[in-house]
Amino acid sequence: MKVAVLTFPGSNCDYDCYQALKTLGGFEPEFRWHRDRELGDVDAVMIPGGFSYGDYLRPGAIARFSPILEAVGEFARAGGPVVGICNGFQVLCEAGLLPGALLRNESLRFRSFPVHIRVETTRTPFTSTYEKGRVLQIPIAHGDGNYHATPETLAELEGEDRIVFRYCTPKGALSPEANPNGSAHHIAGILNETRNVLGMMPHPERAVEDILGSTDGTGLFTSLRAHLQGAAA
Amino acid sequence: MTPVTEVTDIPQPRQGDPEITPELVAEHGLSEEEYERVLGILGRTPTFTELGIFSAMWSEHCGYKNSKRLLRLLPTEAPWVIQGPGENAGVIDVGDGLAIAFKIESHNHPSAVEPYQGAATGVGGILRDIFTMGARPIAVLDSLRFGDLDSGRVRYLLAGVVKGIGDYGNCVGIPNIGGEVFFDRAYEGNPLVNAMAIGLMKREELILGEATGVGNTLMAVGARTGRDGIHGATFASEELSEDADEASRPRVQVGDPFTEKLLLEASLELIRSGHIVGIQDMGAAGLTSSASEMAGRGGSGVVLEMADVPVREEGMTPYEILLSESQERMLVVAERGKEHEVRKILEKWELEAEPVGEVTDDGRFRILEHGAVVADIPALPLTDGCPTYEREGIEGEEVKAAREMDLSSFLEPEGDLTPIFLELLGSPNLTSKRWIYEQYDTTVRTGTVIRPGGDAGVIRLRGTKKGIAATTDCNGRYCWLDPREGAKAAVAEAARNVVCAGALPTAVTNNLNFGNPLKPHIYHQLREAVLGMAEACSLFETPVTGGNVSLFNETDGVAIYPTPVIGMVGILDDVEAHATSSAFQAQGDVILLLGENREEIGGSEYLYRTQGMVAGKPPVVDLLAERRLQHGVLGLIQRGLIRSAHDCAEGGLAFALLESALGDGSQAFGVDVELHDRLAPVALFFGETTGRVVVSCAPEDEADVLEAARGFGIPVRVLGHVTAPDGAFSMRTPRGSLQIEMSALAERYFGTLPALMERTEPAPEAGVQEEF
Repeated sequence: MKVAVLTFPGSNCDYDCYQALKTLGGFEPEFRWHRDRELGDVDAVMIPGGFSYGDYLRPGAIARFSPILEAVGEFARAGGPVVGICNGFQVLCEAGLLPGALLRNESLRFRSFPVHIRVETTRTPFTSTYEKGRVLQIPIAHGDGNYHATPETLAELEGEDRIVFRYCTPKGALSPEANPNGSAHHIAGILNETRNVLGMMPHPERAVEDILGSTDGTGLFTSLRAHLQGAAA
Repeated sequence: MTPVTEVTDIPQPRQGDPEITPELVAEHGLSEEEYERVLGILGRTPTFTELGIFSAMWSEHCGYKNSKRLLRLLPTEAPWVIQGPGENAGVIDVGDGLAIAFKIESHNHPSAVEPYQGAATGVGGILRDIFTMGARPIAVLDSLRFGDLDSGRVRYLLAGVVKGIGDYGNCVGIPNIGGEVFFDRAYEGNPLVNAMAIGLMKREELILGEATGVGNTLMAVGARTGRDGIHGATFASEELSEDADEASRPRVQVGDPFTEKLLLEASLELIRSGHIVGIQDMGAAGLTSSASEMAGRGGSGVVLEMADVPVREEGMTPYEILLSESQERMLVVAERGKEHEVRKILEKWELEAEPVGEVTDDGRFRILEHGAVVADIPALPLTDGCPTYEREGIEGEEVKAAREMDLSSFLEPEGDLTPIFLELLGSPNLTSKRWIYEQYDTTVRTGTVIRPGGDAGVIRLRGTKKGIAATTDCNGRYCWLDPREGAKAAVAEAARNVVCAGALPTAVTNNLNFGNPLKPHIYHQLREAVLGMAEACSLFETPVTGGNVSLFNETDGVAIYPTPVIGMVGILDDVEAHATSSAFQAQGDVILLLGENREEIGGSEYLYRTQGMVAGKPPVVDLLAERRLQHGVLGLIQRGLIRSAHDCAEGGLAFALLESALGDGSQAFGVDVELHDRLAPVALFFGETTGRVVVSCAPEDEADVLEAARGFGIPVRVLGHVTAPDGAFSMRTPRGSLQIEMSALAERYFGTLPALMERTEPAPEAGVQEEF
């Protein structure tokens, strides 16, 4: 299965996503440059973390105008699975492929450490191999991860089961202390209306091998693989 | 008959250039003796442009004039050293066809004046030193010193420096895997910001900063040249004064990590393309140092046309272009005829590459402006002819008195010493630095095996079984009290940290941070520290492959502690099996101490915190015992006998045990320990005797660990056990005890630094309140 990994000037997790896809097997990752106008024949798209175009102006605000993003928009509207991680999540929000916005962390500081997130729904192409309610330990590394949306949008996300991950304690409880950035409703990841676009702040690609301290991110990749195999069958 | 030599145009003063006067020469930091030598080299009065060039190249920062003779005493060779001192970075062989480039560099002066940009550009500069060797940066570390945090200005400096390091490294996408920070009033006016970087390359991809091949083209690559940072190198070689801040700020450069990331990718692509023969960062002293050093190393000459250098603003003089320290720029030597290919690679990364000159065979550093010669200097005397000095060194009286002080009354406390333990937990030197390293991306590149917070950071080398451990260490108080012993202690601690993480210490990069070497007591510190470092590095077989010297760290005549920071790297042959945590792993595990306890409290945080004193003899360093200890710890790790290993350092045994119990904060095991030594309990708990490591093992391995340790010839004993999570910390000796709940300790251990940083008193910048 071919997965396009986008590279913007300033992306710095593109290689990590590529490696995770390679390590876990069953994927053929391919880089796509920001100036490319075509995604080509791919089954899924990953928008990696980093500081696209230096994150000048606002994280993701310039990347949304890049040629490749137009192709990603078409791909997503046609139902293709798209995952945006960290800066990728910010890009998806800026591009209007996901609702809401990611503000500066409440602490106003960059924060980087392993957090716990709870799997809120498994009705997605990205989480079907997890059990609902499972607590994952996955690193974050961001300065702008404070998810914000209108009350109406938040109600919609809640009502339509589109909140995929929430920050929680190691035991799975929601608390302000366990929320690293002040995100509304403890949101760590959300889906679009058609459930094929996921944006999340934590980095699952950094939690796929024992030597990295956690393999809890693996499920995202195995879910995507299962989804694509199902679609291919 | 006079031999006929090629007649070159003698550089003429440019219109508007100031006249060369003794005052102007002095302003450029050149002594009379040095200026005489300039006249001798040129055979005439220099032009203003030439004066600027000499001033930068013969500054301490570029010319090492007060340290060069001492640096020659350091061991620099070993079979695994591919590149020693003198290049952009040192390079060592790590096997499997791979090599590691690594180096540490200071950005102390800029950070004192503008902490955010000063620290950020420090990271930028050290990363460029790594990737100009052909290596991809895979980790950074930072070694920081500040005054006490009760000062608003110090808090402002710490916050700015940490944000600067974080924003730059995070954006470029290089994980921060460790380092150190230390607070003491001696650093109040002169914070130290030393950044270390490590890069990985295939052996054959090594490229040097040499200008070779007559007719090859010099190209300016990356960002354009602006008026920022002019004379940064000279600035870095002066003392600071209180009112210097505002005036000095324009000499601080401004960094752009986004451009750096592009430059990194473009440079590595360029090096692999084979279109270039040499590359060098335009760092301190900018185009001047990069071009003249490349010519010097290549044994060639260069000619540069100033009108061809891409600039940010019009009307820049050759003097300004040559001395600008605008960031994110490189000088590359392209094969003749490959300029277009070079430009194409840079354009892909949205950067510029412009031909600005060429390599010549006349050994001269020649500068043109629209074809007119404005500077013409023999390259080798410029880069290597800087006078070097051996100064007079005499130990200061104040230090002698402090070292000889009788400390016996401070050894008296007995009984329940928990209140002292709690007092020490108010010290940011002894408590968690999480507030700092949480602001750094520590896991990008998915190679980090041991994150900051332990003894040494560890990264794996993908595609091999190997890993690299790295640490930075130095206790400036020990070095002030006894620079030779202090420097030995720094090397010993760095090696011990690397060993505790499971690696074999392999090589060293050093950052010599000192005061004004023209003062005899400072020169004494410098010489003694280098001697101590040389002795320890020789014994540990960890050659020094490069580094940085930062002198004149004084404010209003008061110097920092001598702070020879050691950056050490070590190799793990089997990273998966041998990477070892400093944290206890399981309840019921046996806690053992390797090494001897001694009654030493000289130079300790205990004395500083409880008495406000830096006094006494620093801990004795027994290098042979230390080597045996480290050999033994590594042996225990490699045999799979121990589950954790943690070096005993500042705060002594009590803090070593506490740190192992708390780990990264995700757990808090209890500790139950008993010592039978008849030493004073404060020394047993908080004394900073070196050469000690706390390890833990499964109960069934206890006998094997004891036997193996004895086999290695190291003192070993069982201290006690790891007890239930959230239990108590209990440490008992014949004459004193510590007894307290772990939850209370954890709260303070992780809470001290955030609480200090969240104080709300105004943090004025340079004594001036900002108005809104």
